[in-house]
Amino acid sequence: MKPAVELRGITKRFPGVVANKNIELSVATGHVHAIVGENGAGKSTLMKILYGMQRPDEGEIRVNGEQVSFRTPADAIAAGIGMVHQHFMLADNLTVLENVILGSEPRRFGGIDFAAARAKIKEISATYGLNVDPDALVEDIGVGERQRVEILKVLYRGARILILDEPTAVLVPQEVEELFGNLRSLVEQGLTIIFISHKLDEVLAVADAITVIRRGETVASVQPKDVTARRLAELMVGSELPSPETRESTVTDEVALEVSGLSMSKDGRPLLSGVDLRIRKGEVLGVAGVEGNGQAELVEAIMGMRPIDSGSIRLLGEDVTAWPTLRRRERGIAYIPEDRHRHGLLLEAPLWENRMLGHQNRRPNAKGPWIDRAGARRDTRRIVEEYDVRTPGIDVTASALSGGNQQKLIVGREMSGEPVVLIAAHPTRGVDVGAQAAIWDHLRNARAAGLAVLLISADLDELIGLSDTLKVILRGRIVADFDPAEVTPERLGSAMTGAREVA
Amino acid sequence: MNGFVDRLLGRVPLSGVLAIVAPVLAILFAAVVTSLVLLLTGSPPLDTILLMAEYGVRPRTLVLTLNAATTFYLSAIAVAIGFRMNLFNIGVDGQYRLAALIAAAVGGAVVLPGPLHIALIIVVAVLVGAAWAAIAGILKVTRGVSEVISTIMLNAIATGLGAWLLTQWAVPVSGSNNIGTRPLPESAHFPGFELIPGTPLKVFGFIVIAALVGIGFHVLLNRTVFGFNLRATGRSEPAAVASGVDVKKMVVAAMVISGGLAGLVGMPQLLGQSYTYSLDFPAGLGFTGIAIALLGRNNPVGIVFASLLWAFLDNSAQILDLEAIPKEIVTIMQGTIVLSVIVAYELVHRYSQTALQRRVGRELGEVKA
Repeated sequence: MKPAVELRGITKRFPGVVANKNIELSVATGHVHAIVGENGAGKSTLMKILYGMQRPDEGEIRVNGEQVSFRTPADAIAAGIGMVHQHFMLADNLTVLENVILGSEPRRFGGIDFAAARAKIKEISATYGLNVDPDALVEDIGVGERQRVEILKVLYRGARILILDEPTAVLVPQEVEELFGNLRSLVEQGLTIIFISHKLDEVLAVADAITVIRRGETVASVQPKDVTARRLAELMVGSELPSPETRESTVTDEVALEVSGLSMSKDGRPLLSGVDLRIRKGEVLGVAGVEGNGQAELVEAIMGMRPIDSGSIRLLGEDVTAWPTLRRRERGIAYIPEDRHRHGLLLEAPLWENRMLGHQNRRPNAKGPWIDRAGARRDTRRIVEEYDVRTPGIDVTASALSGGNQQKLIVGREMSGEPVVLIAAHPTRGVDVGAQAAIWDHLRNARAAGLAVLLISADLDELIGLSDTLKVILRGRIVADFDPAEVTPERLGSAMTGAREVA
Repeated sequence: MNGFVDRLLGRVPLSGVLAIVAPVLAILFAAVVTSLVLLLTGSPPLDTILLMAEYGVRPRTLVLTLNAATTFYLSAIAVAIGFRMNLFNIGVDGQYRLAALIAAAVGGAVVLPGPLHIALIIVVAVLVGAAWAAIAGILKVTRGVSEVISTIMLNAIATGLGAWLLTQWAVPVSGSNNIGTRPLPESAHFPGFELIPGTPLKVFGFIVIAALVGIGFHVLLNRTVFGFNLRATGRSEPAAVASGVDVKKMVVAAMVISGGLAGLVGMPQLLGQSYTYSLDFPAGLGFTGIAIALLGRNNPVGIVFASLLWAFLDNSAQILDLEAIPKEIVTIMQGTIVLSVIVAYELVHRYSQTALQRRVGRELGEVKA
């Protein structure tokens, strides 16, 4: 039987970076085929190529044995390929039915044939056990069901090959189980699924075949029964795996940041409830948690970007709860934001103006009310040099740099001006392995120099390796404390999902 | 989409030759469209344009063009400062009319030595414009009212308020059935220059103030921390917030500055020509300012050229009616220029952005190898 999808020698270059190099991939019909790799390894680019969102520079794509060339996603859909995006693309104020048919409405007498659509949706839902109510409003249904709606949307358009991009990122464990059940019944019916993930346990649980991508190249194709999670991880990162481990403790007695009883809510729904944290100089406090459990709110509360309901924040013993963001920054809180494009950079501004961001009232960037261009530019050159930001100059816009280099610029900027506390939210997310190792080095050095670091990360190895103390956040509460020297990712993971709550 | 708005509002700089190429292309394109319209209406395009050019360079027309450009420039700068931080002050129109009316009334009611008298009138105008704009700013930060809506509403209110105030303060304008504020005494007349030989008409002395405003705009935006915060807010509000910018304060401040500058818009006319705010005081300059700010990409130098072009078209068109060509053709031309400039900037930007990324890629490739 011919493979459902075959990619041969796919190469895709972007300015300054080769995203995919000579990719070879063969997906058998009726399989769940997992594609694993680190963030930034080129998985998403590859899937965009398969879904017609990007065109490869070289190589060929075969679907069911026939060579194809997709110009747009519409071509891919016509060839029976559907994509379920990581971020849902649903209109909240429409019903499930309306969302599903949006853009491919069945017509009858010039109007929309809702009856036919409803029948078809019910049929698909029943065939694959998706259990979706066509008349529910999307805003009323949960995350797991929304994902099933996305899958249904793709099936409704006749897809026989489904691409799922990090489908479990937004799900809680029970929902993950449910999703895997759905996936199995889909492949039983002869559909093919390409499953993108970097969560190895999940991949091993659900996949029939696994392809590993590293730095844009396919490095291995394996059967799940032949490998362990450990072996897969090694394949993913290669031999040059940088270790996030820190060695001797540098923790001092002096408390740099103290958060007590911090609570925040939105529209009556609690986002943070009674969070207590103490970070001493020279200490890295790691906060683990499934995304969306209050980490972002905690960071923004400490930065003074969001109002809190109650609690206090003290910096070096001084109550800063009522201070605006600027004053907190000036007193020594540095901030590596989770979303660097949104919060960390002015993408269309030159690097030296980005160097000023967050430090625009201080030397070397300003003298009183005036901007010190020469000073800012000189210091930008220093950062580019010291932090190995790969750029042809400091007058190019931030958007011209790769993610890793953008992040190194941000780290360099935040480390300047002698900060006391560093809030690092996902500091190595979406950066290449080299930049990751460099950023870890900088964090370790800063810790040794007495910086107090609050580290938020989804990468459990990073958390365990870098932290002196670990806390787990779940639904806006700190639910567990761990000693990183003893904890395993498994134990941390179960605490994160509430499987084993510690009072 | 957001990136497109950024480019539209000139928050993204275009460098070098490209900054010139875009508007020139756009104007050529607009000339083609206008020619087509002229052909359709049965007028010879080339002759019409030559006619306008010939009339446009007469000394008298040149003075009128400079004077109109002075006013346009102030209006466009007032709009531009808001645009640079994503704030759409559509209310420059109401702000300058109310400011000019109240300043004219105050100026007519007092007697002071020359420079002081003029300074008083200008200060009153700036304060009134700033206060009127501040209403929209405060509504935005306290109640979340879009400044677009509130400034449009405030324009309507300013019209009504102005009409009522005028009836309270008005005296008949001699030799007509117009009414206006009490004429400003001699001490409040801003001296003009006889800059262009061959006509007794004087260029507004206020052109110097307009130039100073342009320089001030550039310095404020590019050389001060306040200007950095303003531009940062315009480029990315979340990033500005994370960097410690108090966005609410910036909104009010930008609105107040924009309104204060709007207060100056009526001054060249009031202090240099009419010396009274009467029923026929020019209206709609605030909206012209929006178009000119877009055309000049909110850049103080770009706006100079945009204002001059606009004023030249306005004034040289006066000849057309005498030749039985509808002068509204110029309005079509102005509209086409603004639209095609926006398209041209977008094209040029895309080209230069890809070129930059390629260059960075290439240079880094060389470094690595």
